[in-house]
Amino acid sequence: MKICYYPGCTLKTKARNLEEAGIEALRALDVELEELERWNCCGVVFSLADDDLLHLLAPIRDLIRVKDAGYDKVLTLCSMCYNTLARSNLVMKDNEEKRDTINSFMEEETDYFGDVQVMHLLNFLRDEIGWDKVKEQVKVPLKGLKVATNYGCTLTRPDEVGIDSAENPSVFEDFLAALGAEPIHFPAGTDCCGTYQVLGNPEAADDAAARIITSAADHGAEAIVSSCPLCEYNVGKRQAALLEKKDGLTELPSFYLTQLMAVAFGADPDALGFELNHVGSLPLLKEKVL
Amino acid sequence: MSEAATDMKANLIPIFIMGKRYDVPESLTIMKAMEYAGYQFIRGCGCRGGVCGACGTVYRKPGDYHIRVGLACQTVVEPDMYLTQIPFYPANRAAFEFEKTSGDPEDVFKAYPELFRCVACNACTKVCPMDVPVMDYISAIKRGDLEKATELSFDCIQCGLCATRCMAEMAQYHIAQMVRRIHGAKGTPNSDHTDEMVADIKEGKFNEELAVLKTKSQDELKEIYTSRPMEPAMADEFWKPDQE
Repeated sequence: MKICYYPGCTLKTKARNLEEAGIEALRALDVELEELERWNCCGVVFSLADDDLLHLLAPIRDLIRVKDAGYDKVLTLCSMCYNTLARSNLVMKDNEEKRDTINSFMEEETDYFGDVQVMHLLNFLRDEIGWDKVKEQVKVPLKGLKVATNYGCTLTRPDEVGIDSAENPSVFEDFLAALGAEPIHFPAGTDCCGTYQVLGNPEAADDAAARIITSAADHGAEAIVSSCPLCEYNVGKRQAALLEKKDGLTELPSFYLTQLMAVAFGADPDALGFELNHVGSLPLLKEKVL
Repeated sequence: MSEAATDMKANLIPIFIMGKRYDVPESLTIMKAMEYAGYQFIRGCGCRGGVCGACGTVYRKPGDYHIRVGLACQTVVEPDMYLTQIPFYPANRAAFEFEKTSGDPEDVFKAYPELFRCVACNACTKVCPMDVPVMDYISAIKRGDLEKATELSFDCIQCGLCATRCMAEMAQYHIAQMVRRIHGAKGTPNSDHTDEMVADIKEGKFNEELAVLKTKSQDELKEIYTSRPMEPAMADEFWKPDQE
């Protein structure tokens, strides 16, 4: 199966481990990602100001590129891109006045009516591939690996684009279970990781990330899995700095969901970019499952 | 006046230069029309061949809200166009230490953090007289793809019209130039023949010939230059100048 793929900027730089592992894992499922030839930044965050059409231009332009490439569905691996694209898409679908203004402004592009389906890897696997098929591909079951499912904000909220229940989601748990791991559902799993506050208000981001790590550890997790580069940065990559600031914080290795999938499908773990994760990530896998 | 002479007379059309009407021959370029109207260029005019980027011009036509652009030396006047040149636009050009860059996109991000203010409005692309996909190369830089940005921006002539329209206040063309410089020097492999030639020069292979040239008069140098072996128009890729 071929599917149109929107990568997002961070997956080409700081989160290469999210993309490269994803391409590898999906190949095992016979899914070929056709990366858009032309694409720009998704806009990174959906603007909440009701009259801010300017920040819709970037994501909508990407959706127009999907149509122009002959597709009506696009897959993202990054949950931030997913959220921004999906919410912008809804504006074009449901709000005639804004749609007209935006189409008129972007007159050099094909008119767009919100008719692209935006999918994230998780609901793509659940709805289009099926957990049974995922299970069939598992060559190295992640047996006994206790992984906390960090949904973050963007996969399940707001409801109109959420891929699962915002309060009690299960898609991430089903994903991990299919790979043979032991999913740890924990209360802070749908909390905010601190996102961009790490720049302007680092203490607030520290608190938010520490709450997630602590909650995961308290519920028996030995690692955290995320689908968002900001989450992975705040709870994973930046954890070493956090451990120095927060007394009693438990150290937890962190993964991207695609890395766990690729490992379970038998990919060479040294080619999955673990050097970009928390330092303990690959050693934990080697100790527990490899 | 003979009929032939009447035929020779240029047909005059009205154009508006900075709001003032001038009647100019219809076949002129904007640059020649401005000179015909009495302007003398000491800036805003360079190669007159469409490659130097010194004569960026914006204009509109009656009843049409679109901004149109062209190089004054390449664009032929149209009736009732109203125009002004924007030969220069203040633009931030970041200093960077070439020797210290490794071709890493992070160096560009640090030099030009305003990159990340881009909202993909695409006004830059629409105003480019060279049809460079400016917004696309900025997008490529943002995701660290300097090779693609190099290719997409290659036809840029640094006229700066993109910077006039950028709501993120970028000077896209300066950013692209940095990208091409560091990617070309650090991000692509050296060509063998260049390395060989540099080594030959360092070893003094051409010192003797250079010493001879230094003794020649200007006329002798001209003679040597014009009589040098030149590649024929239809030469194949293996052609080499006669070494004798």
